[in-house]
Amino acid sequence: MKLDIILAGVGGQGILSIATVIGYAAVQSGLDLKQAETHGMSQRGGDVQSHLRISDHTIYSDLVPEGAADIILSVEPMESLRYIPYLSPQGWLVTNTTPFKNIPNYPDLDKILKEVDKVPHHVAIDADGMAKDLKNSRGMNMVMTGAASLFMDIDFEKLKEGIRYSFGRKGQDIVDLNIATLEAGRKFAEENRSL
Amino acid sequence: MDNNTLLLLGDEAVAQGALDAGVSGFYAYPGTPSTEIMEYVQHSTQAAEKNIHRTWSANEKTALEAALGMSYTGKRTMAMMKHVGLNVAADPFINSGITGANGGIIVTVADDPSMHSSQDEQDSRVLANFAMVPILEPSNQQEAYQMCFTAFELSEKFQTPVMLRLTTRIAHSRSGVKRGAPLDENQLAMPADKRQFVLLPAIARGRYKLLLEKQPSLEDEANNSAYNHYYEGSDTRMGIIASGIAYNYVMENFQDQPCPYPLLKLSQYPIPRKYIERMVNECDEVLVIEEGMPVVEEKLRGLLDRGPTVVKGRMTGELPRDGELNPRLVRKALGLEANPSTGAPEVIAPRPPALCPGCSHIDAYHAINEAIKAEYGDGHVFADIGCYTLGALPPFEAINSCVDMGASITMAKGAADAGLYPSAAVIGDSTFTHSGMTGLLDAVIENSNLVVFILDNSTTAMTGGQNSHANGRLRQICTGLGVDPEHIRSIMPKRNTHDQFVQIIKEELSYEGVSVIIPQRECVQTQLRRAKQKQQGGKQ
Repeated sequence: MKLDIILAGVGGQGILSIATVIGYAAVQSGLDLKQAETHGMSQRGGDVQSHLRISDHTIYSDLVPEGAADIILSVEPMESLRYIPYLSPQGWLVTNTTPFKNIPNYPDLDKILKEVDKVPHHVAIDADGMAKDLKNSRGMNMVMTGAASLFMDIDFEKLKEGIRYSFGRKGQDIVDLNIATLEAGRKFAEENRSL
Repeated sequence: MDNNTLLLLGDEAVAQGALDAGVSGFYAYPGTPSTEIMEYVQHSTQAAEKNIHRTWSANEKTALEAALGMSYTGKRTMAMMKHVGLNVAADPFINSGITGANGGIIVTVADDPSMHSSQDEQDSRVLANFAMVPILEPSNQQEAYQMCFTAFELSEKFQTPVMLRLTTRIAHSRSGVKRGAPLDENQLAMPADKRQFVLLPAIARGRYKLLLEKQPSLEDEANNSAYNHYYEGSDTRMGIIASGIAYNYVMENFQDQPCPYPLLKLSQYPIPRKYIERMVNECDEVLVIEEGMPVVEEKLRGLLDRGPTVVKGRMTGELPRDGELNPRLVRKALGLEANPSTGAPEVIAPRPPALCPGCSHIDAYHAINEAIKAEYGDGHVFADIGCYTLGALPPFEAINSCVDMGASITMAKGAADAGLYPSAAVIGDSTFTHSGMTGLLDAVIENSNLVVFILDNSTTAMTGGQNSHANGRLRQICTGLGVDPEHIRSIMPKRNTHDQFVQIIKEELSYEGVSVIIPQRECVQTQLRRAKQKQQGGKQ
């Protein structure tokens, strides 16, 4: 198998916590992994991306080639569009619909969501709203991970193990809450995927 | 992955590699993309148990010199920096080639092609060639780890510093790294020749001859290195030389079918002539693919470019002359059909980095703009390198320069010398202790008419909040350098101190001489982190 994911968002939104959970699940499944991250200046509120590559054979490039991503997993709607050149024709765009507006010329959200709609395989989800409803105000990233998990050839139980690994030191309650958040995100994707 | 395999960034692989290869001290100043090497060491229990040196240095020059001192004692050591940091450390770096090493010394330099977080995209291999120092350039994280062992051996065998050259994509990419058996540290053992490190002209001439004499042996090492490999290919219309991470981009494009062309994977320098000769003899054309500048390509082509073999690469348009490589660019250079891909929609707006909400620099720039830009017009403020460089962008547009670490004060001085009034400098606390202090001394000696703002957020913020040498010492340092204490002014930059801040600037603008204004308020990011740590019981 081969799974190329572009994680997208804005510096400070914590996309690396998603990479940690998926990465842990991949490693526990005996798969190889490469994960290119954005450090430095862009972390100050700029656009950030992480290339997560998982495979059962040797991975060469640290970067996902254009047109090869199986999933774009974006925690911000405009940022999801920035990486469309990376999406494979069969790939899924999974994005949060809550905008992060830290620039004066942020485009009209409707226009952005219309572009998301044009992508043949997509899931658009108000992950901030869902996390809040689940009383997990910082759980947006796990909603998104759950939604995207539907398109990953990785055992869902292994992703839960990833959450136990990531959140374990914060206590069982936080672990349980985030597993529930993950499941809710996946359920939403099952019911609301575009195809 | 087994227990001996760790998931590490390239930077972290270097740190772990050096730790396992018996290093006794790391010396560095933070700089993207090299920062995480020292950060990993500082969090390592292995380093703590062995009390490996791991405190940040004032700048890259002091770091490399301290490392050279440790090498003098026979112990293994590593200095780490970003590419432009090597400019700061160029003096000790070049001369360390001439002194040579005693204990193994690795100079790890992380280049930043495409300037993700830098002022230029210079290629450190040029400086290593200049210093006649061998280079190891990993193509993946495992090699980055393993090369620390190799580099220390090479350094001690040939009494030479060794450059370990990383680039952004390997420094900041994570992958599985299998650890080897850790080695013990070296014992203290002074150099056999007590004058090895004394570069008096008469001695230096002898040492320089030695350096020249080493070169063929260093090339032999590269000719026989396990990191360099010549892969046969049946289609000899073209041969490929791919250095460092570029090798991965080539292989990425030959996943479905084997590479038909002869391919040289190049990861150890001096350039191994044995392989180059073979490729040139075998192939009609040679395509050189390197991350960074066309270092190998230029050497191969030569000034006159009259060889029978056609050399292609960044200088002939097969690859762009600037910017970092990626699988798509390499695919095109290999003459393969592009992957199907859609363009990004036009609705997307750029999202440049910005100062964090609540950042003290925001208040400083509001005051500086009101007191200087509004009164005297644009063009009076020389700035420096750090988060506050973002003050060049809207909504502030408050600064007029950013060149290199420390250049704010010295450029403002030069402009004042030329008659510019007012002339102001903006520099951060950590940048000031890195390279600003000597410039301030120049200004004090001549009583230049300057206002210097040292924006004190008590950390090295841009690279993620490392300790700043300036912490709690700024007033003392400025006084010590000879600034009149009456003209060293402190202010807490906040919305409600704005008027007072503007007033202070106006007062100091009217003083003919060197004034230092220190707006001091902690970085919101480090403040947040400290609060979190306190919540979690004070442990990091």
